[in-house]
Amino acid sequence: MSNITETDLHAYADGQLDDARRVQVEAYLAHDPAAAECVRVWREQNEALRALYNPVLNEPLPQRLLALRAPRRRWPAYAIAAGMMGLGFALGWMAQSHRTDPFVEAAALPRRAAIAYAVYAPEVRHPVEVGADQQDHLVKWLSKRLGSELKAPVLTQQGFELVGGRLLPGGKGPVAQFMYQDAKGQRITLYVSHRDAEPRDTAFRFSQEDKVGVFYWIDGKLGYALSGEMARANLLAVATVVYRQLNP
Amino acid sequence: MDSAAIAEHIPRLRRYARALAGDSHRADDLVQDTLERALSKFHLWRHGSDLRAWMFSIMHNVFINQLKARRELALDEATEAALESAPQSDPLQLRDLDAALRRLPAEQREVLLLVGLEQLSYVEASQALDVPIGTVMSRLSRGRERLRVLMSDVKLSDATSATNLKVVK
Repeated sequence: MSNITETDLHAYADGQLDDARRVQVEAYLAHDPAAAECVRVWREQNEALRALYNPVLNEPLPQRLLALRAPRRRWPAYAIAAGMMGLGFALGWMAQSHRTDPFVEAAALPRRAAIAYAVYAPEVRHPVEVGADQQDHLVKWLSKRLGSELKAPVLTQQGFELVGGRLLPGGKGPVAQFMYQDAKGQRITLYVSHRDAEPRDTAFRFSQEDKVGVFYWIDGKLGYALSGEMARANLLAVATVVYRQLNP
Repeated sequence: MDSAAIAEHIPRLRRYARALAGDSHRADDLVQDTLERALSKFHLWRHGSDLRAWMFSIMHNVFINQLKARRELALDEATEAALESAPQSDPLQLRDLDAALRRLPAEQREVLLLVGLEQLSYVEASQALDVPIGTVMSRLSRGRERLRVLMSDVKLSDATSATNLKVVK
């Protein structure tokens, strides 16, 4: 195990190793208390940084940033022109989505989804309100409450079975959460929110919310977020399947 | 729609800027300059590449320019070595993590925050800072060690003052 480098130790502390390498580093750390102590300190530093600065994410944005004020004097004229065009887009978009602040909405989706995941995924006795044994009822009920036709994707081939779902309060009304679980008990959730802003589509985006990874996208009137505590590549594979099933 | 895509990243840019710059006014200046620059240069962004990493690279350039303007250029290795060996002049000011961060060379602080706080991969961080990945790793390594030393000084000084109190009693 002498081929473990300091870079491996950093990557281990930062959760950037693939499964195979991670196992090797863990074996190495078991016999090297000094290295294990380093890793512990680094992780503690990461956690302390997030604990200290994460509250900034929830602060209301200052007006000057929301407005994306016209560029200041030091930019050349062409840059100001381009900036003003951007400002026009932003303001136009804000105007058409009236009550929904697009900045806040877009940033809020993965975060809300991750929080909902963190609250319910560890739940042993009551992870869902309605179990998968009543799947038809569950999907009909959530569709009715969100005012959109929902579907619960089938992820059996990816090793995940539907556990069930629940209704949650979102920023602008009801939100649906479907929960899945694999044979090892690992859980993922699909968070679906209804948007009253203009329908639009976005590409896949990824957000790491502390330990929870979230792939999210907007598809017309619905915002989707798939959350899980697993390697980004594995989560992406599942998110791709979910997306394909929802958009056949 | 383009500036809406940029706007999605504002909360995270603010978090990073706050940790990087310290006080919230300076941090929002940094975010604002970054946004203005991103809007004016949006045509340079390659579609399909990671918009967030691109925004961080713009913020990095803005930040470096601000440091230059304030003559607080990132410390090079020589000054850093001098700092290491200098006696701890003001341990009492190192009250917390934020204060300790201020004492890191800017280039180490950036890497530490991009990786530890923003959870960028090492490759993304090297792209955002426009340095080789080996440089990212060495800055990360030195930054973490330095932060560890600074933070243990805090604990040490806490312990010392506690002892002093007992003596006075």
